[in-house]
Amino acid sequence: MDTLANLGDGFLIALTWQNLALALLGCFLGTIIGALPGLGPSNGVAILIPLAFTLGLPATSALILLTSVYYGAMYGGRISSILLGIPGDEPAMMTTLDGYPMARNGQAGEALALSGIASFVGAFVATWGLVFLAPQLVNVALLFGPAEYFALYFLAFATLGGVASRNQGKAAFAAALGLGIAMIGVDGQTGVPRLTFGEVHLYDGIDFLIAIVGLFALSEVFVFLEHRGDNDGASEGKMQLGRVTPPASMLKETSGSMGRGTIIGFIAGVLPGAGASLGSFLAYAFEKRLNDKKGTFGKGDPRGVAAPEAGNNAAAGGALVPMLALGVPGSGTTAVLLAMLMALNITPGPLLFTQQPDVVWGLIAALFIGNVMLLVLNLPMVSIFVRVLLIPTKYLMPTVAMISFVGIYGISGSTFDLIVMILFGLLGWVLRKYDVPLVPVIMGVLLGNAMEVNLRRAITISDGDWSVLVGSPLAIGLWALGIAGFVLPIIVGRYFRPVPQVNDEVAEGD
Amino acid sequence: MKKILAQAAAAAVVVMAFSAPSFAFEPEATECIAPANPGGGWDFTCRQVGKTLQDLKLVPGTMQVTNMAGGGGGVAYAAVVNKRNDSNDLIVAASSATSTRLAQGAFPGNTMDQVRWVASVGADYGIIAVAKDSPINTLPELMEKLKADPASAPIAGGSAVGGWDHLKVLMAAKKAGIDDVRTVKYVAFDGGGEAVTQLLAGSVAAFTGDASEAKGFVDSGDIKVIAVLAPERLEGDFASFPTAKEQGIDVIGANWRGFYAPGGMSDDAYNYWVDAIGKVYDSAEWKETMAANGLAPLDKRGADFQAFVQESVSDIQAISKEIGILK
Repeated sequence: MDTLANLGDGFLIALTWQNLALALLGCFLGTIIGALPGLGPSNGVAILIPLAFTLGLPATSALILLTSVYYGAMYGGRISSILLGIPGDEPAMMTTLDGYPMARNGQAGEALALSGIASFVGAFVATWGLVFLAPQLVNVALLFGPAEYFALYFLAFATLGGVASRNQGKAAFAAALGLGIAMIGVDGQTGVPRLTFGEVHLYDGIDFLIAIVGLFALSEVFVFLEHRGDNDGASEGKMQLGRVTPPASMLKETSGSMGRGTIIGFIAGVLPGAGASLGSFLAYAFEKRLNDKKGTFGKGDPRGVAAPEAGNNAAAGGALVPMLALGVPGSGTTAVLLAMLMALNITPGPLLFTQQPDVVWGLIAALFIGNVMLLVLNLPMVSIFVRVLLIPTKYLMPTVAMISFVGIYGISGSTFDLIVMILFGLLGWVLRKYDVPLVPVIMGVLLGNAMEVNLRRAITISDGDWSVLVGSPLAIGLWALGIAGFVLPIIVGRYFRPVPQVNDEVAEGD
Repeated sequence: MKKILAQAAAAAVVVMAFSAPSFAFEPEATECIAPANPGGGWDFTCRQVGKTLQDLKLVPGTMQVTNMAGGGGGVAYAAVVNKRNDSNDLIVAASSATSTRLAQGAFPGNTMDQVRWVASVGADYGIIAVAKDSPINTLPELMEKLKADPASAPIAGGSAVGGWDHLKVLMAAKKAGIDDVRTVKYVAFDGGGEAVTQLLAGSVAAFTGDASEAKGFVDSGDIKVIAVLAPERLEGDFASFPTAKEQGIDVIGANWRGFYAPGGMSDDAYNYWVDAIGKVYDSAEWKETMAANGLAPLDKRGADFQAFVQESVSDIQAISKEIGILK
């Protein structure tokens, strides 16, 4: 088979000592970058581009280094999500929902190991998808016009209510708040600045990372300050490390979640403009809708960790499909990788696979290598990571604050961003006080712009004719799914209402 | 004896003339600000030119590249004007996007006169393309379609409304005799790649962008370039595509890349930088970089470049007023 022969050649290129060393370095750096709040895969790759240039690496080696960082960061993002309830980057946000409660239930080690395995499964399957399906998948991306994208985002928002909190009203308020924040910046469809108050720093809008770090990490610090650490001893007593390998029964129980999460994540990744965050979000929402019969999601259900982790890592692989085959980045990180490719004088496009087979197949082989390396690197390190929980809060929180500031300043070098981050921290603190979930705020920020822009594109193209929104079978299907996702739980929920519990994840901000 | 002394003195003068730089300015720690995150066009401009400057030994040591993202370049522009106005060691990467935003007042409180424009290092010429199976084959055909029914031919581009990709197609429409260019339907996407994808998906009728953005799809034959907005045909892969001018629509859309320097820079330092960037442009190394990255020649230096930017700012202002982006 041609594909396998090509892949074999790819391994021949990738399997040199130098490339293996670069992959190891990239995986290690990536994991750390992903774990630090404020540094995500996009920044990680962007920061290391100058290094790749300075070392004068050939194209394949440079790409191996950077994709290892990319995959590594996708792995690493989950670590602080699980241990601290602070997502290391935006795709890892959904992992906080069940990962952090698991850690608080004394299952930190299991959650970390399980998420590591789920990440591996997601990324591994997605890489095979990239190998065999890339040419066909390009056609899937071409099915999505603006109207279809709009329906896809509608689907995401329709399932949003199920994701967080028992109080749908508060979740809706949080999402609306996020949508409002998303509107800040110059509107691309008219060139008019909105909600910028003439402040040039706001013209590009609010960076997701600043919002996430402020809302999750800094607000945690503020809550800690408010209590002056008097609950310190209590939380220390509660924190059990647990075992560092997941029991086989847990793996068996979550294998279906991983599978579904992988498929959903991969498809979301393939669509340019959807990306890893949407992948992990839909994977979680779908899993919860399907399996949350007993109301355990949000309180430390392993399936709620496995699905989004498989989803976001599969999306990372999926996002490489449009990047390599169309030259269209499917996520922020692939946008940076794309710029790197062009700087290396490689023009992505439909002919990349035939014109530069050594680069493409070397890269794909590197993905496999990086994946295995990450699993091997990560599982033994779980026992080291969980020790973070042994650090008393009074030392941990100042460190979190410091890393947040350094991380955000390191990206933009702008003190303005730091002020915005502190404002988000205060906002997060207030929202926690009122028991408003934080995840829908970020979802609003992440998805709001894309949703609006696609609606306006669709309407512009159709010359004001709204029927374009249901103009294709695909769009109608997505609308139907979204409406079903929104309405069914209301009807079915009457019969299977989860037992309300006071002590769920939102109340645990203290 | 006198003769020997005179000879020695003459020799000394000659040696001095060669050893000392021909400018009264000597750069120390040079810096290039890329007003965007690493990986973008401005970052590329800084790094590639910085590397060539170093290879040609025009600057001492390495040129430091500082990324200062925000406001589509506005944050860096304001910082240079307000905080670095007297720096003699600083240049800043710029492109058509910079002059477009300056023209449209998108850098609040800043104008193009607040800095000194140094030189260009090349240009990426605009193209207008359609899908390979489109019934449209020439630029005049597209323009006729737009004249008859603007709604029938939405055009996609990678920049925001009022951005460079949009303005190029409007300038062409104006030259083709479409009086009310506001009727031309432009759909903004995030980058040229996404816009081309929507062209292939059949969502839009045409694509406006830069030659380098379209290269991959031209090679694969998925799109048909109906006009190149350059003064004459490009070299290489694009040589077979006609210019707009050949088709009777005299419009040029060059996405230039170049540099500006702080407004308070001394004349000596300014002359030094104009000369240094000029030497980079003339070097064989830069020719290779240009070829590899789809940059076409555009050689404007010093006062010439200043006038070029001035002219493009007034052109953009005129058309922006016409489409209502600028009041």
